[in-house]
Amino acid sequence: MTDYIVPILLLSASLLALRKQENSYDLLLGGASDGLKLLVSLVPTLILLLTAVTMLRASGAMEAISSCLSPVFRFVGIPPETAMLVLIRPISGSAALAVGADLMAQYGVDSLVGRTAAVMLGSTETTFYTISVYFGAAGIKKTRYTLPAALFADFVGFFMASVTVKLLM
Amino acid sequence: MVMSWIWTGMVAVSFLAAAFLGNGGALSAAIPQGAQEGLLLAISLAGSICLWTGVGKLMEHAGLTGLLSKLLRPLLGRLFPSAKKDVHLENCLSANVCANFLGLGNAATPMGIQAAQRLAQGQKGIASNELCRLIVLNTASIQLIPANVAAVRASLGCSSPFDILPAVWVTSLCSAGLGVTAAWLLGKVWKK
Repeated sequence: MTDYIVPILLLSASLLALRKQENSYDLLLGGASDGLKLLVSLVPTLILLLTAVTMLRASGAMEAISSCLSPVFRFVGIPPETAMLVLIRPISGSAALAVGADLMAQYGVDSLVGRTAAVMLGSTETTFYTISVYFGAAGIKKTRYTLPAALFADFVGFFMASVTVKLLM
Repeated sequence: MVMSWIWTGMVAVSFLAAAFLGNGGALSAAIPQGAQEGLLLAISLAGSICLWTGVGKLMEHAGLTGLLSKLLRPLLGRLFPSAKKDVHLENCLSANVCANFLGLGNAATPMGIQAAQRLAQGQKGIASNELCRLIVLNTASIQLIPANVAAVRASLGCSSPFDILPAVWVTSLCSAGLGVTAAWLLGKVWKK
């Protein structure tokens, strides 16, 4: 079933565009060249952050952090190998992508850790960044309970990622 | 500035750990290797980012965003009662949520910011309950197709990179749902 979701989405978007007399091919092309600009801005970030993440792993720091936190993670039911990802995900999106890609490569894409990392990346956001952008733009000084509630949502995401990977995959 | 702290922190922690554990050789070997892996990761994402930015534009013009926002209107009215009295706010809110859902980050943020500014009007810099809910909703992304993650998985040889979709949907629904519920409960007890 999941095999058909993405093709169906592509087909229905193309058909709907044709029905509305939109030039779907030109839209796709225009979007793709915008995507290229986005990619160019992403390349330097990914190079720097993957360097830092690879350093963390090679130095043994990543393992030390994971094993320090592993009692807590085991208690909650989240794979301890994902500790670094859980710590960095709310702070930086590109760093989380770097850590997640590294985890998938190390443990295998279809391993429990690799899949949990993928679901975590796909279902959470860069909380601190989002909060600062929105409140900054809206001129809010007192954020009240936003941060605790948002971090709670992140925690639910990390926890549910571990549960759904075991149950649904 | 935040990223400078993160970067320096990561390098400093690596250095200290390597010095303490005697992993200096591995650490210095990791530097060029990591840089190369960064470029490889970017290349493995390239096709997918371009394609999905294109598909995003197509979905927008094909009217999928409009269709979705009609479906979401009743739910948004409950979460954001002010939107019932303010058409512009309602449009911004539904555009923000729909764009997030379809993975159009570039379109979602400006709309969300407009909605936030409207919700912040006359509040003297204090976040209202509705504004807090909007931001919690935005920090707990609900995304239909996590294309970047799927691209990374495909580049690592995964035969069906999209098989994580059901797990991602259930997870993000739970996280957004419980996050907004927590915000709603906290809004009742938290003083202004």
